[in-house]
Amino acid sequence: MSSVSAQTTGPQKRTLSLVRSDMPPVEGPIGFDEMWGRDSVVRAPYNELAAWLDQIPSGVLDQRRREAELVFRRIGITFAVYGETDAQERLIPFDVIPRILSSAEWDRLRRGLEQRVRAINLFIKDIYSRREILRAGIVPEDMVFQNPVFRPEMNGLKVPHDLYVFVAGIDIVRVDAETFYVLEDNVRTPSGVSYMLENREIMHRLFPDLFSRHRIAPVDNYPDELLATLKSVAPGTTSGDPTVVLLTPGVFNSAYYEHSFLADKLGIELVEGRDLVVRDEVVYMRTTEGLNRVDVIYRRVDDDFLDPLAFRADSLLGVPGLMSAYFAGTVTLANAVGTGIADDKAIYSYMPEILRFYMGEEPILKNVPTWCCRRPADLAYVLDHLEELVVKEVHGSGGYGMLIGPKADKGSLAAFRDKLKFQPNAFIAQPTLSLSTCPTCVEDGVAPRHVDLRPFVLNGRDQIRIVPGGLTRVALKRGSLVVNSSQGGGTKDTWVLDH
Amino acid sequence: MLSRTADNLYWLSRYVERAEYLARVLEATHRLSALPLAYAGPSNEWESAVATAGCAAAFQSAYGEPNEETVTDFLAFSSENPSSIRSCFEVARANARAVRTALTMEMWDAINGAWLEIRGFGPGRKSRDEIARFLRLIQESSLRYDGSAYRTMLRNDAFWFSRLGVYMERSDNTARILDVKYHLLLPAQQHVGGPLDYFQWAAILRTVSALTSYRWVYRDSVKPWLVADLLILNNQMPRSLASCYENLVRNLDLIGQAYGRQGLAQRQARAIRARLESSRMEEIFQAGLHEFITEFIADNNRLGTTITQQYLL
Repeated sequence: MSSVSAQTTGPQKRTLSLVRSDMPPVEGPIGFDEMWGRDSVVRAPYNELAAWLDQIPSGVLDQRRREAELVFRRIGITFAVYGETDAQERLIPFDVIPRILSSAEWDRLRRGLEQRVRAINLFIKDIYSRREILRAGIVPEDMVFQNPVFRPEMNGLKVPHDLYVFVAGIDIVRVDAETFYVLEDNVRTPSGVSYMLENREIMHRLFPDLFSRHRIAPVDNYPDELLATLKSVAPGTTSGDPTVVLLTPGVFNSAYYEHSFLADKLGIELVEGRDLVVRDEVVYMRTTEGLNRVDVIYRRVDDDFLDPLAFRADSLLGVPGLMSAYFAGTVTLANAVGTGIADDKAIYSYMPEILRFYMGEEPILKNVPTWCCRRPADLAYVLDHLEELVVKEVHGSGGYGMLIGPKADKGSLAAFRDKLKFQPNAFIAQPTLSLSTCPTCVEDGVAPRHVDLRPFVLNGRDQIRIVPGGLTRVALKRGSLVVNSSQGGGTKDTWVLDH
Repeated sequence: MLSRTADNLYWLSRYVERAEYLARVLEATHRLSALPLAYAGPSNEWESAVATAGCAAAFQSAYGEPNEETVTDFLAFSSENPSSIRSCFEVARANARAVRTALTMEMWDAINGAWLEIRGFGPGRKSRDEIARFLRLIQESSLRYDGSAYRTMLRNDAFWFSRLGVYMERSDNTARILDVKYHLLLPAQQHVGGPLDYFQWAAILRTVSALTSYRWVYRDSVKPWLVADLLILNNQMPRSLASCYENLVRNLDLIGQAYGRQGLAQRQARAIRARLESSRMEEIFQAGLHEFITEFIADNNRLGTTITQQYLL
């Protein structure tokens, strides 16, 4: 063992087995690799991993990858992709090479995430009460009031403890050793945390030896932290220990596995709309022993489908009368209704100012530079530089409906130009960042693939809780920047090294 | 627990139990049909298999002529027949997926694993070997599911509701085979002793996996009234009506105690068990075996409705 550690101290030159032979034809400078940096010297957090990858006989990674897939298939972690009937239950590919962050890197991320989530919560509270930020002219009024995710029903409503966002998934990308950007805020019903937990579990199983060489901050307390957060925000009407349930749209939802997984880990009931009933502005669930009062609903159903009496009348997923109970203050919805106003892609471009406005601090985590096509000057720039930019729909998600300029052909560039001129408000544009890569198992060995990171932030009455790390998503297609699981992305275990 | 969860567990068990029963019906029928005519008799055992499965009308409209191929396809593989073995497991797995949190890993594994294998049996004609392998897979999967539930579940309402499903389905199945075959079990003089009937009775016993048990219980050659006794009143025999009701009463009592409340379901189940306990086979034959069974099926269905209304809605 001592000879091994002697080998692994200090920087190492890249070895032949890890040559980036299939790096995509380079557009601009070579990107930052989380293991190799820019200059092919192993970065400190990856020392042990690089040495280990060098030592293991060829074929081991591939064999472990197959083992992992077998386990995932058996325990039924699947992911439904909308529009693919045949692949109704598809596995999200799991990459066995972990992504590693040093404790110093994580510390900065953690502080930045806390700051950002606090600001987002204050912003939502302000929008649904005094609207100071609109009066100060920092965010344009029509971006709020004409936004389909703005919920006038929430105006003036006093929610328990002034909290709106309890669970947030903040997507982070990295471009070099020092620079992390927030790519997207998800403060409605962010998903993916089950993969974070399962990935760690499976890595423990597959690579006990690799684990014993590292000191990795654990993530398995996430369910406890989530439950503590949810219980901390129970409404004042709760007597005794609050009853918490998880509301799912049902088995056909793409994240159903996660819903059942979390309910199981939290030890709470997994309910569908038809299991709940509202009587005299109180929510109950139908049980074999009659009706049981419910205090906190961790809902994974979108606003639109929560209550057919208040929102979409054709929704069969919701609970008639749920909003009446919410307005009466007898139940907490986590997250609150109307939080979408804060994670809209157009609002995103204002987030640095929003943060300064409420926190009186500089943002610790930067935004990706963003052109907001609603501003004429920005639009002009975007039209001129379309082939260099990524254009996204303001209300889109899951990586659909976006244009990646450098990869697009003439036809789609022209089509997007027309779309932009016709509806500038619906789009934002960002530079094609050269996202960091991480060594990843591919068909013929190990190659760099682009990654992002979604840490999960829990915002309770008492404190903000973040388990170290999050979900690393990886674009498995060579050169691809799209990490979304609905478009063939995979995941990795994320390690935060302890001091 | 959630009513929907209890409902799912209850039906999950019922579907697995039904699939196993259908596999036994098919296996026994294949055996019977392989006998020379002189032994099996002129009756169409395939027609009777469909009747035993309780879906004669649906079969008629889909296939018409009952023979080995059509009946096997209909009862085992058809996706149009909502009670085919394949459909049973498909629904069972959908139910299992909906209540993943209420199942243990082992139970999920048994259902999911079985479903993945069943899906491997594609459409089209299958050889007798393939069919035999399929039927064995179903029986083994059912055993594995039942055993996993028995060995790994917490002894709480989730377990009791899943047991209710097993015994409700089992008593229904046993009653149904009695209903179809009762004429063979009447102690009429002309039936005694013929080789023809011996194989029919053996097929019945095989369907409820009781051929060996019969010998141990009665230490006698197969006699129709003893077969009836074994299937109806003998509480040592796990598929008898008496044994099913002993278990239904016990599990309903456990639920009632845990919830601190007894209801109509408990009273109905006890009344049916009391009738089975106080009956003698001679009296049943005197009053009419067919009437007895018809009445039992009606009572059994009523209890099913009551359980649903009391707990599962």
